[in-house]
Amino acid sequence: MTRSALPGLAIATVVLIAGLLLAFTVGRYPVSLGDLAHVLFAKATGQDTHVAPAIESVILQVRGPRVLAAVMVGAALSVAGTAFQGLFRNPLVSPDILGASSGAALGAVLGIFFSLGVLAIQAFAFIGGLIAVGLVYMIGSAVRARDPILILVLTGVVVGALLGAGVGLVKYLADPYNQLPAMTFWLLGSLAAANVSDLLPLFGPVAVGAAVLVALRWRMNVMSLPEEEAKSLGVATGPLRIAIVAAATLTTSASVATAGIIGWVGLVVPHLARSLVGPDFPRLLPAAAILGGGYLLLIDTLARTAAAVEIPLGILTAVVGTPFFIWLLANMQRTWS
Amino acid sequence: MRIEGRDLTIGYPDRVVGRGLDVGLDTGEVLALLGPNGGGKTTLLKTLLGLLRPKAGEVALGGKALSHYSIRARARTVAYVPQVHIGTFAFTVETVVLMGRTAHGSLFSRPTAHDRAVAAAALERFGIGRLAQRPYTEISGGERQLVLLARALAQEPQFIVLDEPTASLDFGNQGKVMAEIKTLATSGHGVLFTTHDPNHALRAANRAYLLRDGTRIAEGTVDSVLNRERLEELYRAPVEQLVDPETGAVAFLPR
Repeated sequence: MTRSALPGLAIATVVLIAGLLLAFTVGRYPVSLGDLAHVLFAKATGQDTHVAPAIESVILQVRGPRVLAAVMVGAALSVAGTAFQGLFRNPLVSPDILGASSGAALGAVLGIFFSLGVLAIQAFAFIGGLIAVGLVYMIGSAVRARDPILILVLTGVVVGALLGAGVGLVKYLADPYNQLPAMTFWLLGSLAAANVSDLLPLFGPVAVGAAVLVALRWRMNVMSLPEEEAKSLGVATGPLRIAIVAAATLTTSASVATAGIIGWVGLVVPHLARSLVGPDFPRLLPAAAILGGGYLLLIDTLARTAAAVEIPLGILTAVVGTPFFIWLLANMQRTWS
Repeated sequence: MRIEGRDLTIGYPDRVVGRGLDVGLDTGEVLALLGPNGGGKTTLLKTLLGLLRPKAGEVALGGKALSHYSIRARARTVAYVPQVHIGTFAFTVETVVLMGRTAHGSLFSRPTAHDRAVAAAALERFGIGRLAQRPYTEISGGERQLVLLARALAQEPQFIVLDEPTASLDFGNQGKVMAEIKTLATSGHGVLFTTHDPNHALRAANRAYLLRDGTRIAEGTVDSVLNRERLEELYRAPVEQLVDPETGAVAFLPR
């Protein structure tokens, strides 16, 4: 009896579709499913629409970019988390393990501190994430050790702490009335400001990173074995590790640059995906991407509809993620190892 | 084909474990590596596998320096069976065995139908085809060892190197794995394994290599090398030799 991946992928797809329908229809300006279908169909076929222009604008200009951004960020963080959990042979690892988020955070608060524009702040965050991981990788490789993976993780923790101190310093020095609230808001994560111009800078790096990870999907199975075993199976672990880290860092940094710090997604979704389709990367990666997109979309819809003011995404993902994680610890034996 | 270490100095970047070691193995032959803990067995094993670079001397595989092989070409010629471990993720037994096919594919490829056929045949050979869709994490230790043997076989190598293949197995499974090692030699593989039990060397190996403090104590056919005096010298401990009066089979016990 071969366990098929199809039921699991179908469940993930249902979550994504449910997320899409909810995200487009629910909110301060409710949209009916009929209007949604009509507008999307008309847009796709180039016809004129007969719905109110306000509704069309809500669907295409207000919610559309935000929905696409949520799906991409959720998918990107989940795919990166899946890759890192395999690479570090540890199911408790998340995409920021090598300092991508801390580096992006420092870049972003510096951008805000110097009163730069939104695009510049995003670029600072993106580059900050890349630099942080590059630094961690160089330090980790310079330390000659028998267990390069362990050294890499520890270096990530140490450098992450240092970058955290940097963020603290910049916040301490920042103007408490203008800059500090902006920094706090950014660090808590939000898609409220996502617009059409955000989509391409997000999509490019995410697509490149995800394509590399998908291309290497079978090798990633082998990379989750102990180093010497992977080598003896014919895998050049050193270069492959660099490729995987670079690809996952690209997707993570682009996501964080767009949406701020959103924890938990990259930790929780890979587990959910694994429970749906098993740990085999060729089926796990697409499942994690689809499920992660749907998951963050649902969380983001909750963030903008649950209360009179928007709840920061980072807070909601933690509120949802913590109980899940406790459940995970209690059921660890079943889902992995 | 022959794998051969000549005048090897083995060790890690910060220390030397053994010097002046010559060791060779032909296909169709089983060599057992015996010695006390810390004597250099695992270090020698990893050097022959190409996982550690010799600090001096050379490992040659089929007359060509092992260091000149690509990592993939090496994996298609020499397979490694590590000590049984559970692993982080619950891959199916089939996926674990398919990983043995990695060196036969390209960087971006996935297992083909042919790879699946080879993996299935390897599982069948060890009588564990029924386990194919079970999670590797949920089968017994003896079954895991057989799965790792099947993975090594799926690499279609000339040589199979095993690190203490019987260490974590119960009595019955120890016998089973020893028997499988013998059949690997009859099917043309060269097999090298380390063990703490001289009786396993007697059972499964043609030759034995005794290693203490990074120095070779003796090497030769198991009958000529494995006797009470040599083992006492090897382990610096008193040894008792038992002989079955009916079959003449020999066994050793620590005293």
